Amino acid sequence: MDFLSRYDLLGAFWVTVRLTVFSAIGSLVWGTVLAGMRVSPVPVMRAFGTAYVNLVRNTPLTLIILGTSLGLYSTLGLALADETSGTFLKDNNFRLAVLGFVAYTSTFVCESLRSGINTVPVGQAEAARALGLRFSQTLWIVVLPQAFRAVIAPLASVLIALTKNTTVASAIGVAEASLLMSEMIENEADKLFLIFLAIAAGFVVLTLPTGLFLGWVAKKVAVKR
Amino acid sequence: MSAPSVLYDAPGPKARARNVVYTVAFSLVLLGAAWFVVSGLNEEGQLDAELWKPFVADSRIWTEFLLPGLGTTLEAAAAAILIALPVGAIFGIARLSDHAWVRALAGALVEFFRAIPVLVLMIFCDRFYYLFTDISPDNRTFWAVVTALVLYNGSVLAEVVRAGILSLPRGQTEASLALGLRKTQTMTLILLPQAVTAMLPAIVSQLVVVLKDTAIGGAMLTLPDLLSQYKLIANNYNNTIPTLIVIAALYIVINTILTQLAGRLERRLSRRNRPPAGVREDHIERQDVHLAETKTGEASGA
Repeated sequence: MDFLSRYDLLGAFWVTVRLTVFSAIGSLVWGTVLAGMRVSPVPVMRAFGTAYVNLVRNTPLTLIILGTSLGLYSTLGLALADETSGTFLKDNNFRLAVLGFVAYTSTFVCESLRSGINTVPVGQAEAARALGLRFSQTLWIVVLPQAFRAVIAPLASVLIALTKNTTVASAIGVAEASLLMSEMIENEADKLFLIFLAIAAGFVVLTLPTGLFLGWVAKKVAVKR
Repeated sequence: MSAPSVLYDAPGPKARARNVVYTVAFSLVLLGAAWFVVSGLNEEGQLDAELWKPFVADSRIWTEFLLPGLGTTLEAAAAAILIALPVGAIFGIARLSDHAWVRALAGALVEFFRAIPVLVLMIFCDRFYYLFTDISPDNRTFWAVVTALVLYNGSVLAEVVRAGILSLPRGQTEASLALGLRKTQTMTLILLPQAVTAMLPAIVSQLVVVLKDTAIGGAMLTLPDLLSQYKLIANNYNNTIPTLIVIAALYIVINTILTQLAGRLERRLSRRNRPPAGVREDHIERQDVHLAETKTGEASGA
């Protein structure tokens, strides 16, 4: 077992956690904006929201992540870190990966939220309109808070999927858990099962409590109807 | 109702003017983003006709790279879903078993494989086959990818099947047992066929997930799938960005067709449970097959 201490397992999983947290926050914000666009009174926004979700959701995540590196950075020259700093490559790839995860995961957040909006009784929005609230007020003050409470469980599934999807960042060389696993397997060919179990255990530790905790929260805050 | 949505009133003169402002502002932002991308690509010469010409002028780019790659992607996805279906059904049923230890074992396995990234499973399977079997290297990656996809999607489908069986009215089991059918017969003859029909849309959308996940094998292992062709094509024609765009378009077209199919199946199946025209709905005992709300696991896989 002591060969494990020669590798920075915790460090690799810390990168996984950071990828997950930053991408989750970004996807939640951008996904909410997308959901707002898809139900908005402005046709151009509705069309953009629909087109964006349908295009991005049907593209493999691997292709999106490769696209951020080969397309956004190499071709369009969009650098997300200070090019003169010593850790430029590492920081830039990390941030490009987060950008890719946000672009992809937000489509699932948007779709969950949209189905959540559908669970809010029609009377709520009607009452809000009768009070003279504008669309943005109706959505932000009345409908979305109730919708969010209804979609915690689906959003938890999205978050868990995101945690696992962060492994795809190794396609552009982000040093997260799966990249370390490849390296370990390369060096310690005879310990395949131990390595697999160690990495698997790491992901179980990350995803299982998240699922259980958010499942509990979902029950706690569910709107009783 | 005249309003197009319950969230906002039918626009009056003021709201219409405001919507025009929003439309113009938002269009400008979109155009700005589009200009950044197009001008950037143009500066790098990525929009030059000669980089795009091979896709229409040179049939070899299709016959030697894109179509074989697409074939491998579809083969891997088809093999994975075809094997994952029975595996999922077995584990879904096992999770409903009357024996506690069978339930616990199946539950633990399903939860385990659902918690692990497909990429980690792929790396493991590839190395496992390399060490312990003598499959030729060409086939090894393919079967490693398929095995990983089966393990993951089998456990997702197990949950789908379980939810499908649980959503059936209790009377189905009771009637079947009252007729003298055994537990196995009840499951295979009465419950499973109904559950699988009700779960068909979820299964088709899982196919989209599988198809997208094969791309992981293309990028990280050496599976010669559709995505991995971009390296070979770029080597020959020196057009990475156009190739990636064409490959993305191919994936989007196939997955959109599958998504539409799933939506159509769902609408068709939900029609089945509606009472015939003219019958007052409250006289029919409604059975709720919450297709839309059924937890289909991580529908958002890579």
